[in-house]
Amino acid sequence: MMGLSLFSIAVLLLIGLVLFLYSLPTLRDNNTFHLFFTSSWKPFKGEFGFGAFIYSTLYVTFIAIVMAFPPALLCALYMSEYATSTVKRVFSPVIDLLSGIPPVIYGVWGTLTIVPVISEKLAPHFVDFSTGYSVLAGGVVLAIMILPLIVSILIEVFTAIPKGIREASLSLGATKWQTVKKVILKKSLTGIVATVVLAVSRAFGETIAVLMVCGNFTDIPQSVFDACYPLPALIANNYGEMMSIPGYESALMFAAFLLFIIIVIFNAGSRLVLYRIKKNSQS
Amino acid sequence: MRALSKDIVMNDTLTPFIDAHKTNKTHLTVENLNVHIYGKHILKKVNLSIPEKQITCIIGPSGCGKTTLLRCFNRLHDDNSEVKVTGNIRIGNEDIYGSHVEVTHIRKKMGLLAQRPTVLPMSIYDNVAYGPRLYGIKRRRKVYEIVKHQLMAVGLWEEVKDRLKSPAVRLSIGQQQRLCLARGLAVEPEMILGDEATSSLDPLASTKVEELFVKMKDTYSIVLVTHTLRQAKRIADYVAFMYLGELVEFGRAEEVFNNPKHKLTQQYLDGSFS
Repeated sequence: MMGLSLFSIAVLLLIGLVLFLYSLPTLRDNNTFHLFFTSSWKPFKGEFGFGAFIYSTLYVTFIAIVMAFPPALLCALYMSEYATSTVKRVFSPVIDLLSGIPPVIYGVWGTLTIVPVISEKLAPHFVDFSTGYSVLAGGVVLAIMILPLIVSILIEVFTAIPKGIREASLSLGATKWQTVKKVILKKSLTGIVATVVLAVSRAFGETIAVLMVCGNFTDIPQSVFDACYPLPALIANNYGEMMSIPGYESALMFAAFLLFIIIVIFNAGSRLVLYRIKKNSQS
Repeated sequence: MRALSKDIVMNDTLTPFIDAHKTNKTHLTVENLNVHIYGKHILKKVNLSIPEKQITCIIGPSGCGKTTLLRCFNRLHDDNSEVKVTGNIRIGNEDIYGSHVEVTHIRKKMGLLAQRPTVLPMSIYDNVAYGPRLYGIKRRRKVYEIVKHQLMAVGLWEEVKDRLKSPAVRLSIGQQQRLCLARGLAVEPEMILGDEATSSLDPLASTKVEELFVKMKDTYSIVLVTHTLRQAKRIADYVAFMYLGELVEFGRAEEVFNNPKHKLTQQYLDGSFS
């Protein structure tokens, strides 16, 4: 058991190390500031600025979480606290099914429905022109993708709360909603944070669905209706092609390394938050 | 076991126990209560009157429906669509299951003490203040007075007054149970319901809670489900013996313990089954 745990940690470290080693040429040949904060992407000239990609990744993920979390939370609360057993029996498998649908299907669906709606109905109210392939399209598709994931984990989190705590609140004359607001949410705070972390990590790494709807244009998007180009899409679109260009493979490896680092930092940060919450509730 | 159950069914002396005791005013009346859970008949035509400001202990072997009965009193079965309750339960003149009656209003009248202490995920102070705040008491001074008063009532004030803001989970199990009692009292209930409230406590903590019950019966009607016959003998004024979902015997504690009318009660008290 211990061996397996060590093995999984070793694999993680190994992935990080290999990505780092492969990205060394990029790190050596380019100014670090330039790599992180500029968006000039000219592989033929050896210019690799990752600013737009990093920005796009964070932007799309942020929109997805902001859109997905509130409805997912309410949905999970409904399923665990209010729904009758018949409703649960019908909807639980549907939610599981939704989280099992391959991303490419979400991508196709997004291209056929979300993109036209944005370009024809929504964008004209705010900007002069938008193809619909945009940050918003990526965010919406990603939100819909991670929603069932958040819902099913949150349902687990809420059902894990002992029934006695609910009854303690109810038996004091609290309504169900008061119990949810003041007791259930408070008790499950660590679980909720952990769920968001999982969902964000998933959203960071999601490739194909986002790639199909976000336009893949290397520039910092000025609004949510502009096209963007997240890191995973960059790697997926270009890896295996144009390997003849010097430094290109290393640059893509650096993109992968960046994604890896973003996720590691995010997870470490959230661990810290979780630790703080736990400490506060016990001290 | 089957023979015993047959014994109950065949015995026609299982008459309603309403007004079986004239000496004390009735606080809660149960009439023809039937409970089905997942189609299974759990409580069978239970009739009972809980006397006011007395300790009534419900005893009986595991699975006889004691807890189910207790949970009917504050409608804790409401959220489970698989539980069907029929019959009448009245507290004073109010029908607990009446269509116009608000469930929160009924629950406020009954402080429930569960088997294991269930502190809310908040501080000691907030646990006690939870109920009063629900009922709109916002003024700090007032809330503080209620918290202090109830913590004193359960003998916890001296032990926790310097750490009111620390999480309630940090208290010992015995202290937590007394905190739960204080929390229940803070909404000024009429009755206290205890579901094996001392079974998870050590003997010392258990004695403290028992003493509190005895002290509080001047103010509240107390109904305790208990597994421990000795506890019932120590503190009960009235005893209800249940077996396989039926109320077999109900009466004053000394009568039931010293001179049980029913053979089953006798056998249970003798330890022939448990």
